[in-house]
Amino acid sequence: MQRDKENKKVLKLGLTIAVLMVGFGFALVPLYDVICDITGLNGKTGVLAQQDVKEQADNRTVVVQFDGTVNSDLPWSFKPKQFSMEVIPGKLYSAEYIAKNIAGYDVTGQAVPSVAPNQASIYFSKTECFCFTEQLLTPGEEKNMPVTFIVSSDLPRDIKVLTLSYTFFNKNHMTSEQQAEGREIHEKI
Amino acid sequence: MSHDITHDEMSHGHDHDHKPKGFVKRWLMTTNHKDIGTLYLIFAFAMFILGGAMAMIIRLELFQPGLQFVEPDFFNQMTTMHALIMVFGAVMPAFVGLANWMIPMMIGAPDMALPRMNNWSFWILPFAFTLLASTLFMEGGAPAGGWTMYPPLVLQGGHNVAYLVFAVHLMGISSIMGAINVIATIMNMRAPNVGYLNMPLFVWTWLITAFLLIAVMPVLAGAVTMLLTDRYFDTSFFSAAGGGDPVLFQHIFWFFGHPEVYIMILPAFGVVSEIIPTFARKPLFGYVSMVYATAGIAFLSFIVWAHHMFSVGMPLGGELYFMYATMMIAVPTGVKIFNWVATMWKGSMTFETPMLFSLAFVILFTIGGFSGVMMALAPVDLQYHDTYFIVAHFHYVLVTGAVFAIIAGAYYWLPKWSGHMYNERLGKIHFWWSTISVNVLFFPQHFLGLAGMPRRIPDYSTQFAEFNMWSSIGGFAFGLAQVFFIFIVWKTVRGGEKATAQVWEGAKGLEWTVPSPAPHHTFEEFGPVDLDKMAHGKTH
Repeated sequence: MQRDKENKKVLKLGLTIAVLMVGFGFALVPLYDVICDITGLNGKTGVLAQQDVKEQADNRTVVVQFDGTVNSDLPWSFKPKQFSMEVIPGKLYSAEYIAKNIAGYDVTGQAVPSVAPNQASIYFSKTECFCFTEQLLTPGEEKNMPVTFIVSSDLPRDIKVLTLSYTFFNKNHMTSEQQAEGREIHEKI
Repeated sequence: MSHDITHDEMSHGHDHDHKPKGFVKRWLMTTNHKDIGTLYLIFAFAMFILGGAMAMIIRLELFQPGLQFVEPDFFNQMTTMHALIMVFGAVMPAFVGLANWMIPMMIGAPDMALPRMNNWSFWILPFAFTLLASTLFMEGGAPAGGWTMYPPLVLQGGHNVAYLVFAVHLMGISSIMGAINVIATIMNMRAPNVGYLNMPLFVWTWLITAFLLIAVMPVLAGAVTMLLTDRYFDTSFFSAAGGGDPVLFQHIFWFFGHPEVYIMILPAFGVVSEIIPTFARKPLFGYVSMVYATAGIAFLSFIVWAHHMFSVGMPLGGELYFMYATMMIAVPTGVKIFNWVATMWKGSMTFETPMLFSLAFVILFTIGGFSGVMMALAPVDLQYHDTYFIVAHFHYVLVTGAVFAIIAGAYYWLPKWSGHMYNERLGKIHFWWSTISVNVLFFPQHFLGLAGMPRRIPDYSTQFAEFNMWSSIGGFAFGLAQVFFIFIVWKTVRGGEKATAQVWEGAKGLEWTVPSPAPHHTFEEFGPVDLDKMAHGKTH
């Protein structure tokens, strides 16, 4: 029958749209990253290779503040060694954080950076960072975590203070006992 | 089912039905659009009662400040499950039920285009909701992170997340199949002389809704799949530790979520656009503009999603864009409201129960629309976000909007379905009882929200006590009114004054040309229908 054929056509078309829209949902993931990179949304910072640093130093200084937190699942202490630095845009600087594993077992952590205000994040680039790789700390181990960064001289003039913030996350697969232990450790700190 | 007993008794005279005998053949294996419509409606009503019972627990706990009846975690399970069940189990299936019953009869089609798939789309639903409801009895309980399922919170609640995700998948499959069926029916099954612009507005709104469904339900399915793999397969779509971003989930969810709210309201617009002309005894004012306004709302619904997320952080340009785009939706919606009012203007109106519910819909939905425009303003939204103001807003558009339209439609078409007139006096009592109590229930919540009472919290500061008490009293009364509604429907199905084919004096449309109750098979022969009988049969 003619109508049966037409109905099958609509069915196929509808299912095709549905499948494509599932794909679209997943396509939003890379799309979101691209948009965040372009706009600096969510404070995602840039990464720069050492040899690409050739910016002109500026004649002003801005303040970079440092902040470090740990996610509640991670039994570490983590804080910056310096609270803030005065930097000249266009020049390379280094700063250090210090992390310590308080738990009685090996823990792998991953730091995730962000820069506030959002508008500044695309002008903030790192040439070296402990956040580029996962960090393993043995029980009780303390480690310095260096970061080398540059604030671009294109930074808008009205931005005078930037905050670089790291959150350290646990990359281990944790048993619920370990999670509970981690929480206890945090309560003690 | 008492339903088919009356069917059999009533239809001997004029109806050579050959209905399959026995529960399994009649209901489990049915491919008949009317039976499937009935199943959808009964299922939706059952879910409405289940979700309503959860709402009663919520209002009971909020009756007084302090923790009295339930644990905070259970309270959060109630708010989450209440929303999921009402959205996916009650409102959406109820509209699909109305679509199944009415669309073929409104366009002169013998049945839905894909009847066996129709059976499947219904029978998936009980399984989906069994999966979802079973989490209530699991260790760790049901999902408690809100129906929006935001990570990381939703992933921290034990293994219910797997059940939640698969339940959402099943609901999605059901909705997508239902939507494809509606589209195929409307595009291919119309009687040969019925053009697109002859179709009743209910058919039009459902056609557009069906397109929204197949466009966004798959996106939701994708989003919850990512939740599942984040939880169990070590992906990091939304986990910051692995380079993902929880805010991404909110973008994907609301890309689904905003069209979803129109999925729940566009068919309601359709129902009301059928009822008001009948009781105003005038053709619908601005029929074509209604169609375009519906399409306009549907289009805009895809490009405004981030107005649900003003407070998560967005560039100024983004906030401005989403604010203005959102406010633009008020334009086509305003067209609709004014068209309904103009339809009633100088009409010879009567106020039977379906009309009363439709009038309440127009007024109360507009209140919900206004509070929506208030929240579209990015700067003030920061104040209203996640307070009882938003709770009041979406309950005005969903309860006095979508649910009132469903109830209006049920009264309007019940004589056609059952062959009996409902008791008008009881209907009016139900109307006033519901309308007064629903306002006592939700109106004070506006003030609670403006004063800063947060949503999804089982306790509150004592200055909110009085309004919460009023709200709870309204809630219990509204809940009871719906139990009364079951009684009215049950009584009507069992017996009562016999309905004529026409049922309502001013009603126009092909569904009123077939006997009441509608025979098991209608418009069996493919051929032209009498366009004079259709409300818009001759206009275009």
